Amino acid sequence: MTVEPHATALAAPLTARRRRTPPQRILLQGFLVATSLIWLSPILWAIYTSLRPYADTARLGYVSIGGTYNLDNFVNSWNGAELPKYFINTLIIVVPAVVLTLFLASMVAFAVSRYSWRFNLALLMLFTAGNLLPQQVVITPLYRIYLLVLGIPEPLSDNGRLYDQYLGIMIIHIAFQLGFCTFVLSNYMKTIPRELNEAAVVDGAGVFRTYREIILPLCRPPLAALATLQFTWIYNDFFWALILMRTGDKLPITSALNNLKGQFFIDNNLIAAGSILVALPTLIVFFVLQKQFIRGLTLGSTKG
Amino acid sequence: MTASANRGLGEPAAPSGRRRFGAPGAVRRRFSLLTRRDKLILGLMVGIPTFIHVFFIWVPTIASGILSFTSWNGIGLDRIQFIGLKNYTDLFGGIYPPFWPAIQHNLIWLGVFLGIATPIGIFFAVLLDKEIRGTRVYQSALYLPVVLSLAIIGFIWQLIYSPDEGLINNLLGTAGTAEAVDWFGNRSINLWAVLVAATWRHVGYIMVLYLAGLKSVDPSLKEAAAIDGAGEVQTFFRVVFPVLRPINLVVVVITVIESLRAFDLVFIINRGLNGLELLSVLITNNIIGEASRIGFGSALAMILLVISVGPIIYYLTRSIRAEQA
Repeated sequence: MTVEPHATALAAPLTARRRRTPPQRILLQGFLVATSLIWLSPILWAIYTSLRPYADTARLGYVSIGGTYNLDNFVNSWNGAELPKYFINTLIIVVPAVVLTLFLASMVAFAVSRYSWRFNLALLMLFTAGNLLPQQVVITPLYRIYLLVLGIPEPLSDNGRLYDQYLGIMIIHIAFQLGFCTFVLSNYMKTIPRELNEAAVVDGAGVFRTYREIILPLCRPPLAALATLQFTWIYNDFFWALILMRTGDKLPITSALNNLKGQFFIDNNLIAAGSILVALPTLIVFFVLQKQFIRGLTLGSTKG
Repeated sequence: MTASANRGLGEPAAPSGRRRFGAPGAVRRRFSLLTRRDKLILGLMVGIPTFIHVFFIWVPTIASGILSFTSWNGIGLDRIQFIGLKNYTDLFGGIYPPFWPAIQHNLIWLGVFLGIATPIGIFFAVLLDKEIRGTRVYQSALYLPVVLSLAIIGFIWQLIYSPDEGLINNLLGTAGTAEAVDWFGNRSINLWAVLVAATWRHVGYIMVLYLAGLKSVDPSLKEAAAIDGAGEVQTFFRVVFPVLRPINLVVVVITVIESLRAFDLVFIINRGLNGLELLSVLITNNIIGEASRIGFGSALAMILLVISVGPIIYYLTRSIRAEQA
């Protein structure tokens, strides 16, 4: 798209350069620069605060320049709040949860989109609706189920239950996120020509081989987008572990923030440094995998 | 086929004109191509994930519905007592003081999201859809908050709002004095302060979704409108907005559901007390609070469910129709 005709007509040549910039555009640029700065200001403010020792801000005030700038707050919150421990807890939950969610969702999507039978539409609706429920609708009975289930073997659960276990948190993430991933993947798989299935059958491939060797490799783009999105969502989840974990040492990082507040993060400088450290993995996703993240978000909404 | 599928979920049947698969002969009998072993494998591929989803999402949802008519403290399944509608009459009758404030706060949240945050997001999407130098940079700035967890957003905004060390009070010169405004603590303003932070994130989310929608609009439509002498504002409201009806619906439904799900932000700020009560917080307090009132918490959950069911069904029928079209 080029500049609108009437805009060009109004434009007075401001510079003698190759492209003339109409005043409207300058106004728009100014507005956007200002808005972007306002939007980033809370984060920039957090970064600025995190770099200053508490003694300096106490003496000079928070809105000031001067004093020393260093990474002490980062070191202190990293060590003092034992952040590495919580990061590892998150990793233990996120990695298997994302892999299993995508694996299970792609199988359902494959069956629903590549084969017709009576229930596939109903199934898709069930999954999608489940994903849209507020978490609090299921939590009360879920909490009881997690306490009641017994006899989960040792490596998966050290108390035989789902309650207070990494496994339990993983499962509820998988159960919830299956809805969204199935919906997105089945939409994508519908665009793959059906003839590919038939060709596979003629070649004597079974259903599972068709899925694994033909359809799944073609689904790399949505799988990459969903993996990015799911990583961020599960990493950012605060609620499930808050209710379904009791042992403070086993909490994933985002839920652990609730306990760390007021305990280790006692002044704003430490809160700022801790926030940035905890946000870092998602910020890396933001800078490195932005395209994937956005595609994951929009895949679910723009079809149709 | 559509009809039977819809009946299975107990939802209104789609208009008959949409019944593409229902026409006799249109059903392609793919199963005939499959061996017995293939059918078994397909069954497992669908069965295992469906079991996980149903057992952990839908069974608790239904159990919530049943438990909402009972009184139970969570200990011993034999202690569950059916008390009919008492939990509901108690709630609506005002026996539980935080209930009406929570409903009110949820509605304010919804109102701000629908009336302010979502239109701002759409506005930015429209501005950034043009070919402006640096549009990517602006987009990134606006959508950065979307990747942050709401718990972190609570922390970051505390740096701005806190009475002694916060940015605003330091700028106003009231920090540490009696005039310092406790933005998150003062119950007459804290909901609005929280909504500013929530809006900060929601705007970027809506902008990303809407930008994707705008990209799908045929540029010749806008050009035609411009040739006919329509201004940019007119072009948007008369041409682009109506064409984007599907994405508008998605945006509205996502906004409604996000407002009903609101929890993390208020919980990290003050555990959802003192002016920040929301339905989701009340439900949680009835599980992990000292007196665990399972029936009561379930009744609250059912009220939340009933409010969210409308948008969910709306969204589903829309997306399913789009799929069949």
